[in-house]
Amino acid sequence: MIRSVELRDHQRELYYFQLRLAIVGGAVLFAFFVLFVRFFYVQVVQYDYYHTLAEQNRIFVVPVVPNRGLILDRNGVVLAHNFAAYTLEIMTTQVDDLPALINQLSTLVEITPKDRKRFQKLLEEGHDFASIPIRTRLNDEEVARFAVNRYRFPGVDINARLFRHYPNGEIASHVVGYIGRISDGDVDLLRKEGTAANYSASDYIGKVGLEQRYEKQLRGVTGYEHVETDANGRSVRTLRSILPISGDNLLLALDARLQQVAEQVFGDRRGSLVAIEPKTGGVLALVSKPGFDPNLFVEGIDPQNWDALNNSPDHPLNNRALQGVYPPGSTFKPFMALAGLETGKRKPGFTISDPGYFVLGGGGHVFRDWKAGGHGLVDLHKAVVQSCDIYFYGLAQELGIDAIHQFIGQFGLGQKTGIDIEGEVAGLLPSQDWKQRRFQQKWFVGDTISIGIGQGYILTTPLQLAQATAILANDGKVFRPHVVRHIQDSQTDALTTIEPQPISEVPLKADNIRRVRDAMVDVTKPGGTAAWAGLNTKYLFAGKTGTAQVIGMKGQKYDEARVQERHRDHALFIAYAPADDPKIALAILVENGGHGGSTAAPIARQVVDFYLLGKEPPPKPAAAVELGQEND
Amino acid sequence: MINRLWSSLVRHIDRQLIILVALLMGLGLATLFSASGASFDRVLGQLANIAVALAVMWIAANVPLHYLNRIALPLYVFGVILLIAVDTFGMIVNGAQRWLNLGFTRIQPSELMKIALPLMLAWYFDRYEAILRLRNFAVGTVLVLVPVLLIAKQPDLGTALLVAAAGFYVLFLAGLSWKLLVGLGLAGSASLPFLWSMMHDYQRQRVLTLFDPSQDPLGAGYHTIQSTIALGSGGFMGKGWLNGTQSHLDFLPERTTDFIFAVYAEEFGLVGNVVLMVLFLLVIGRGLVIAANAPTLFTRLLAGAITLTFFTYAFVNMGMVAGILPVVGIPLPLISYGGTSLVTILFGIGLLMSIHTHRRLVQT
Repeated sequence: MIRSVELRDHQRELYYFQLRLAIVGGAVLFAFFVLFVRFFYVQVVQYDYYHTLAEQNRIFVVPVVPNRGLILDRNGVVLAHNFAAYTLEIMTTQVDDLPALINQLSTLVEITPKDRKRFQKLLEEGHDFASIPIRTRLNDEEVARFAVNRYRFPGVDINARLFRHYPNGEIASHVVGYIGRISDGDVDLLRKEGTAANYSASDYIGKVGLEQRYEKQLRGVTGYEHVETDANGRSVRTLRSILPISGDNLLLALDARLQQVAEQVFGDRRGSLVAIEPKTGGVLALVSKPGFDPNLFVEGIDPQNWDALNNSPDHPLNNRALQGVYPPGSTFKPFMALAGLETGKRKPGFTISDPGYFVLGGGGHVFRDWKAGGHGLVDLHKAVVQSCDIYFYGLAQELGIDAIHQFIGQFGLGQKTGIDIEGEVAGLLPSQDWKQRRFQQKWFVGDTISIGIGQGYILTTPLQLAQATAILANDGKVFRPHVVRHIQDSQTDALTTIEPQPISEVPLKADNIRRVRDAMVDVTKPGGTAAWAGLNTKYLFAGKTGTAQVIGMKGQKYDEARVQERHRDHALFIAYAPADDPKIALAILVENGGHGGSTAAPIARQVVDFYLLGKEPPPKPAAAVELGQEND
Repeated sequence: MINRLWSSLVRHIDRQLIILVALLMGLGLATLFSASGASFDRVLGQLANIAVALAVMWIAANVPLHYLNRIALPLYVFGVILLIAVDTFGMIVNGAQRWLNLGFTRIQPSELMKIALPLMLAWYFDRYEAILRLRNFAVGTVLVLVPVLLIAKQPDLGTALLVAAAGFYVLFLAGLSWKLLVGLGLAGSASLPFLWSMMHDYQRQRVLTLFDPSQDPLGAGYHTIQSTIALGSGGFMGKGWLNGTQSHLDFLPERTTDFIFAVYAEEFGLVGNVVLMVLFLLVIGRGLVIAANAPTLFTRLLAGAITLTFFTYAFVNMGMVAGILPVVGIPLPLISYGGTSLVTILFGIGLLMSIHTHRRLVQT
């Protein structure tokens, strides 16, 4: 197979060569035609597709988180605000070896195991974040150190972000609440609500308290920036931006100074104090002790702190004002007295003789008075002032449970008050019907007797007691209690007032109100159960002590010293002042505090003194935190 | 006086070729300016390269053809020796052993082979012009394979391919029989599995991702995906000079060198591409005309091979950017940044000019 073409003929040789050249030329043209077809296909036919890809390549839609609204007390003291801090964030999609990268980063800025865990958690949660923070709150030196080395870390950048801060720490923590990282449950909820888009790329949502209840108003509207980015994910310039709308500010009825004083005088005791402005229903102070530092929750609480709070026997996370249910004890009596007067079952001058015990029906169960030997001759006034049990046993029996339920129900006991904090419980104001439903049992008259002195089945929250007291102080006008007084629009500064009108009114005769009020004023006078707490007041101080049994002590003599601390009675006190022109109504519950007159009433006195007279309580340096001074 | 000096200076410069080359280099500089982020650094560097390359071209154009005849064999042998030297004590850059450090500068001997091999083959076939036998083609094939395998071993697949192509063009133009051609083709296909086993992993990856770039979008497929996006988003008219987003935002890798065409296509669109292809076709056409009119078999084969090598550069590079050919390190002739390839190409163009302007001297 030997090819031996003898190309001696020059022309022939040239012809063959040129033929091959022509073939090659044709091949060249064909190759370029193929290229042209490909260009045409990609650049014309599929232009839209590639155009979109190029735009997606370069344009990132970056959500801009709005400034969360501030929370300010009635005098403008800041309870929750935002501050800007630098975070170190990683665009995880642009990094191959995350652990190695984080190790490298840790040579520049401190990255604690906690930071790593949080990063890992956020990574696993897989929210649609543009970038995930590995470190928050970098100091200036760390920012500078990273900035110099930034070129070594494609996909890592420093961003200024706003952080929520509660400058007063524990003070009013149960009212203000806190924000925390959005959980999967929150995401589901937001999706259901259809507001998930407003949370794109933001990490926080109100979890508790006002932060939770007014989430919509505080949140604002997320803005968007169309940012041109280079291949390393760094933004080159902003092409278009829709500005975020800041959240609205909450202006509270709450008085932070009063709140602080109340918490200070409460000291280390467990319990709750709720103070309401009777004429508006505004909550002036709402204490639940022990409290917690809401700042712990903002960046995700660490396990140690969480365990400490969650497993503490004192349940600091519970908002006792709304969620703690206690028998009202003798603080129930003014309302019983009013029920007696309004229903006509008792005349002011009607007197009983109190031997120290009460026998139900024909030789039935014996109910004792708290005072051995009794109070002697007792009328309505004295029954309230000295908290005579026997008087109210008889009254309760005569009224019957359903009448009590009907009348007292008008003061909101045993029902949710509708306060603007989530998690409120209803408590219980029993009735025949209730017992039938609950236990499939008939109501016994004996059940009614204990109710007369605020014991038995009845359960109320401190908030309900404060609300009932406020209604009493306000001559029966009912306002829904509210912590927030105004919502201030972030754009216009226009104020929206919360609950400006009474929602109902309890029909009460002025005479009857006056009689109960006079009796309550005398409670804090010499001879009354809170005489000591009411010493030398410069205003009319209406109050009622209460002591609620924690465990039943049938027939036994209650010996405070011998009862375990946690089995001691709860001390209660309700009050309003000045009685002739009420500016504050409050209820106090001190868990296992013993007697209302000795434990709870002095707290009320100091709080009211401060509110009406500006009188500071005796200082307790350790607990004193200067309000508003910690703002940074 | 000046006129005479000028005419003696440009006597061997082909006007059509030099105009086309100038236009292409002008487009190249404009694109380079854009690709380097409107910075003059690279443009100035390329201007220096152009000056050197033009000097080389001028010298080549003025070399009489019989000198070429004489240097063919020594140049080839010298080139092969250099390639072996690279293999034994060359510099390793980017994982490949391609460079030879001469102390004052470093050179890439494989570039030399792009010219030396066709020169050698043309010289060889010219000697046996009278009786071209199978044996001659067998020897020719060996002459091709020695440098190609040495280059492929470096490894530099792109250059090996170009050198092999240059050799093949000479064989083909020298009259390799069709039957043999088909036979070679079949043998080539049969040896594919063998080649595959010889390939480096990154080379295999490049071949694989050619068929499906999306398989490895951040790795081996990244180049192709991003260059195709650049090309496609350029559309019909392009985004305009200096307005390419793919290039300016760093999405395109190697955008001043091997992938500069993506920058060009993004900014000048299909219209620009057609203009560029026409310019390339005119250069190739002129080269083929020169080859057709060349006086001897040696010059014909040389001119044809140089022209087709030039075509191969352009076609493979554009095909690679357009995503229809695998990513091999081949620059776009006269457009890409880089001194070595520019010198090689203009040296070839200079030879074309020499062949054309010296042809009468030979014929007469």
